Amino acid sequence: MAQAPGKRPLSPHLEIWRWGPAMLVSILHRITGNGLAFAGLGLLLWWVGALAGGPASYQTFLDWVWLAPAGGLQSATALLGKIALVGLTWAFFQHMATGIRHFVLDIGAGYELEANARWSSLTMLFSVAATSLFWAYVLLH
Amino acid sequence: MGNGTSIGRVRGLGSSHHGTHHFLSSRLTAVGNLVLIPFLMVSLALMPSHDYATVHAWAAKPLPATALILIMINTFQHARLGIQVMLEDYVHDDGGKIAAWLFVNFVPFAGAAFGIVSVVRIALGGA
Repeated sequence: MAQAPGKRPLSPHLEIWRWGPAMLVSILHRITGNGLAFAGLGLLLWWVGALAGGPASYQTFLDWVWLAPAGGLQSATALLGKIALVGLTWAFFQHMATGIRHFVLDIGAGYELEANARWSSLTMLFSVAATSLFWAYVLLH
Repeated sequence: MGNGTSIGRVRGLGSSHHGTHHFLSSRLTAVGNLVLIPFLMVSLALMPSHDYATVHAWAAKPLPATALILIMINTFQHARLGIQVMLEDYVHDDGGKIAAWLFVNFVPFAGAAFGIVSVVRIALGGA
């Protein structure tokens, strides 16, 4: 910022406002987006690179991210892998729902306080429900 | 030039002359993701097994291979734009800005290129 250094007063920031759903989904959109970009696309590249490398490299990917046949360190990374995959699924659904919310806000609709709070809350309900349904289907079918 | 009003600036005639491209590209690639990522997730969920033979045979087919390459282009561009905005908000010192500029202009392209080469190997490689 091109302002004089020193102790100029700052505008009130996050800590001074009472949290509401719109604030929460706004920062969640950024957190999930960056999580998907770094962890999600990183994992996607590992997966597709391992798949291109042949059966052995693909098995290495599966072992370290999910199966952990060797135990030990692999058990830890496979637990992290499961948390990451479920977390990324939730992050995708949350980012998708808040992204669609942004499309609505882009056309100038949905700024009334009650509607804004209601749709913000609904994006979080949707992401949790969609994640549960997706993984229930994957694990049970 | 714009006439100095806010609508003149919105039309791309502000001081940078290309203010709307970033915004529109972000939205356009978001719509692309709305199709591509559910396609990937539903395809993975519907697979009877996730062993090498099943997943490789799926990814080698023309439609999935095309979708995966489009993800490498579209999703990486969307992520690149979003990360750029995040860095612009949080990185304020000159050195950090140069590092952020290098990162945002190199890493997403390197990742996308690796991803595309991998999909091409799967689709055309036989092994």
